[in-house]
Amino acid sequence: MTTAILAFERDFAQQRRRARLTFAAVTLVLVVLFLLTAEASNFFKVTQVTQADGTRAERWVIGAGLPRLGEYLSKTIPDLNWSTLPGDIAVWFGRWQIWATLLLETVLIAFMATVFGVVGGFALSFPAARNLSPSGWVLWLSRRVLEIARTVPDLVWALIFVFCFGVGPLAGVLAIGLHTMGALGKLYSEANENIDMRPLDGVKASGGSWFDQMRYGAVPQVLPNILSYTLLRFEINVRSSSIIGYVGAGGLGREFRTAMSYQEYTNLSALFIIILVTVIVIDRTSEALRHRVIGLGATA
Amino acid sequence: MEQHTLSLSGLGRSFGSTRAVDAVTLDIRPGQFVGVIGRSGAGKSTLLRLINRLIDPTEGQITFGGTDVTALRGRALRHWRRDCAMIFQQFNLVERLDVLTNVLVGRLADHGFVSSMAMQFTDAERAIAIRALDRLELAPQALQRAGTLSGGQQQRVAIARALVQNPRIMLADEPIASLDPGNATRVMEALRSINRDDGITVLVNLHTLDTARAYCDRIIAMRAGRVMFDGTARQLTDDVVRDIYGSEGLTEFNEAVTSTAALPARARQSA
Repeated sequence: MTTAILAFERDFAQQRRRARLTFAAVTLVLVVLFLLTAEASNFFKVTQVTQADGTRAERWVIGAGLPRLGEYLSKTIPDLNWSTLPGDIAVWFGRWQIWATLLLETVLIAFMATVFGVVGGFALSFPAARNLSPSGWVLWLSRRVLEIARTVPDLVWALIFVFCFGVGPLAGVLAIGLHTMGALGKLYSEANENIDMRPLDGVKASGGSWFDQMRYGAVPQVLPNILSYTLLRFEINVRSSSIIGYVGAGGLGREFRTAMSYQEYTNLSALFIIILVTVIVIDRTSEALRHRVIGLGATA
Repeated sequence: MEQHTLSLSGLGRSFGSTRAVDAVTLDIRPGQFVGVIGRSGAGKSTLLRLINRLIDPTEGQITFGGTDVTALRGRALRHWRRDCAMIFQQFNLVERLDVLTNVLVGRLADHGFVSSMAMQFTDAERAIAIRALDRLELAPQALQRAGTLSGGQQQRVAIARALVQNPRIMLADEPIASLDPGNATRVMEALRSINRDDGITVLVNLHTLDTARAYCDRIIAMRAGRVMFDGTARQLTDDVVRDIYGSEGLTEFNEAVTSTAALPARARQSA
């Protein structure tokens, strides 16, 4: 064997050894983290349960709690008889007029919030992209703004805005919009960081300003990604806006709170079905739209 | 149009400890067709990017007429880039935009913020753009996406974009290195026509010697960031070529091997 091949064999063995060590270290860290978090979240807790004959016994918490889930679910399902089915359903969805109005409000909150989030996130995604940012401090500032907007959960933003602007959908729109801006701005800026920089060089070399480089060089490249992320975010926002009313920020969430506090369990299941159906419809529609967008992108 | 000489004096650019361009002093008179040759990494691309101010020099000065190009900022800098058009080896078009819009990018230096963000161009600008495309025989492709065109067509779109800038100088960074011989010839002929018919100074990086000999009035050779030769094609003897390319280990340096021209014989005759 030549010396070059011998050198390769030595380097290769060293590379393999290093890869194995890294794998072992990462595995160890993950296992330790898992055990720590499991302990912290009471996963291994043992609890006392009362058995059928009245004696107490020690049980693992998950095993002891699971039967209660069935109990809870059975409470939320109303009495439905085949002979009186239409009447039973009418009783189950007795508040449908209120719910229909609130459902519309929920979808509108999600829509407005998505619009605000897209505008804000889009504008900040260029200064927040490492390869596009005009200067270091602009990059730092726009990234921090996006981080703050997205790390605070929308429910917390909603609590703050209900305090400022009162109970109602405006607080919900602002809360979800702000959180959306942070989340989308991050995703958009990551799309921006993966673009081909040569078209931007071309625009720059022709005398284009920074804004021209973004508009002509970057935006056409990331547009399919942006549309796809935006539609996905709208789906997420419909789910968010259906719970945000829990803290008074408009939409169906208000009814969840009412049903829980009055212990009207069957209303909960009705609301759950309404939201499930809405989300499925919006998911399917936006998925079809997204596939169309990606399909168009592929023919480019 | 006023004619000025482009002067580089002691121009240099370092990347870390590497001196990509080292103390280059040159005068380029208006209307010249100048070829810059040298092996990969000799600093040819960096030199062109310095002139267009895509990168800033670490030392030295560029002047054009009475203007200190190295001191330009903001709007004045963008106007310098407009006057000193550049085409690239990889064309640098926006593939997802149509050909016409790609050409109109050459007009952006004179645009306001709102009209450029809205991609609004005047009819007069569109007329200039389509005439430039027609000159390069690309008018039928004007509404196609740039990405659907062949390499040679894309490079001619890039030339049309440069033309609508109404430049005084045209910089071309390895414009034919990614093209087949037929397209390479068309692109070089287009540059020659721009130089002869429009009186625009052309400064072109080439890695094929015979192309440089065939088209350039003046050849500048670089090695390790420095200018090693500056003269006519006739003065570029085999000894000089060996010196530039540092062909140690190569028993015989054969120009025909590296040639991309359709007719290398013709190139040799004109040399």
